[in-house]
Amino acid sequence: MVDYSSSELMVVVAARELKDYESVLVGVGIPNLAANLAKKLQAPHLNMVYESGAVGSNPTRMPLSIGDPCLVTGAKSICSMYEQFAYYLQGGRIDVGFLGGAQIDKYGNINSTVIGGYKAPKVRLPGSGGACDIASNVKKIIVITPHEKRRFVEKVDFLTSPGFIEGKDKWRLLKLQGGGPYAVITNLGTLKFDDATGEMTVVSLHPGVTMEKVQENTPWKLKVADKLEQTQAPSEREIMALRALDPDRT
Amino acid sequence: MEAGKLTTMKEAVSRFVKDGDTVYLAGFTHMIPFAAGHEIMRQKRKDLTLARATPDIVYDQMIAAGCCKKVVFSYAGNPGVGSLRCFRRAFEKGLPNRIEIEEYSHFGMSGRLFAGATNMPFLPIRTNTGSDLPPQNPNIRTVKDPYTGDEISVVPPLKPDVAVVHVQRCDANGNSHVWGIIGEQKDTAFASKKVIVTAEEIVDESLIRSDPNRTLIPDFVVHAVVHEPWACHPSYVQGYYDRDNDFYMEWDEITKEHESTMRWMDEWVFGVEDRQQYVKKMTTEKILKLLPKAAYSSPVNYGSV
Repeated sequence: MVDYSSSELMVVVAARELKDYESVLVGVGIPNLAANLAKKLQAPHLNMVYESGAVGSNPTRMPLSIGDPCLVTGAKSICSMYEQFAYYLQGGRIDVGFLGGAQIDKYGNINSTVIGGYKAPKVRLPGSGGACDIASNVKKIIVITPHEKRRFVEKVDFLTSPGFIEGKDKWRLLKLQGGGPYAVITNLGTLKFDDATGEMTVVSLHPGVTMEKVQENTPWKLKVADKLEQTQAPSEREIMALRALDPDRT
Repeated sequence: MEAGKLTTMKEAVSRFVKDGDTVYLAGFTHMIPFAAGHEIMRQKRKDLTLARATPDIVYDQMIAAGCCKKVVFSYAGNPGVGSLRCFRRAFEKGLPNRIEIEEYSHFGMSGRLFAGATNMPFLPIRTNTGSDLPPQNPNIRTVKDPYTGDEISVVPPLKPDVAVVHVQRCDANGNSHVWGIIGEQKDTAFASKKVIVTAEEIVDESLIRSDPNRTLIPDFVVHAVVHEPWACHPSYVQGYYDRDNDFYMEWDEITKEHESTMRWMDEWVFGVEDRQQYVKKMTTEKILKLLPKAAYSSPVNYGSV
């Protein structure tokens, strides 16, 4: 068995969610690594799209920002910012979007705007960027986040990007074209969303993690899947491929 | 054709950027016109409404310098690094002055420019619905779709008073070749009342005409042309110099306090006459580190009978 860090575990688990020929809207950091890893393993035709307008990127180094020049060299296409949001996202061309945020709640709503009130916040965060647009239009939203009580909240301070709002009934009324949140991948486990209610549900525990530990780090009573699974530990092949992509272990 | 668009940065800013203007310095990560931002600071413009999807370091600097009364934006972070500390200090603590904010999503901001460029009354976009942002920004509204009867989110056009767009190369009239990430460059140029183009290279009109598909901005929307190599550092110009990612990380440290920010500004903005002096201050080591490897495209045949 190979040793791995909790970030490496999250990257590997996220990469497994991506299928060959899917189009994925990638952010920097962990999502970028997950997409590149999937491409090296089960999804060689994965189409990586960045909100800067780079389509089908093939970066040879780790980009620091989503507009990094290495995403342009050797890409399939470059379009304008408006075209990226209009043709690709609103056009319904993106299967998976990775999102992050300071807070996520039990219906997968994400806050990346403020902690506290909007007018005089305790912490002013960067804001939506493309997050609200991505959340509203992709078929599956995947969130990768450390499992901490300050990040998992029963209700977000500010709803930047819609998950299932207050449940699937309310969400359906909004007629968003996207499919809503699909998976939340943390250092402790994988959570998905109840088909009927849209509530976040623990579906898999990572190696060595107990349900008690997941619950301890979540401030509301978590729903658990009928058949709770055990996440398969990263294989040597997965970890070696990941380290080849990111030799500096960013 | 107007004559004499080719000018200096000092002259372009002095003629076209006025106190109280709505200014858009274009470029989504790529080709952010820092040189123009620095000249606006040196000429001490005040009460500007600074619009940009990503305020980035350039607006963080202009906010610290006291040029700004309002920021219109969609992502106020240091990409890949964290916060824009000067933006937050001004918004949260009023240092050096209180700033207002007007916030959208990226689709909202780029849609506003598209609506401005194409002279639409508003633009319907499939976003904002369900978000807490519309209640905080009265400019984000809804209309009833006349075909389906559904409510749809709309944003108003953005028509800046003046825009600065940096390009790889243009001719003396401003016909501009751009490649790499083209961001909101074209929308910004067409949406704005006055447009300053700054360029790495000024080339002959025949070179531009040899590859017309690469011309993102034609001369008749351009009011001034400035030859300004290295105008975008620490941002980048595809094929000319790479993004100075180290500086983006250092900025986080430099801006820990307003005083430390201003010490940096005194040296790199107010302590130099122009961009040439700024570039002279950069170490050779730094410049060499940012020079990219070549990756040329194949030529295409534009011939006709």
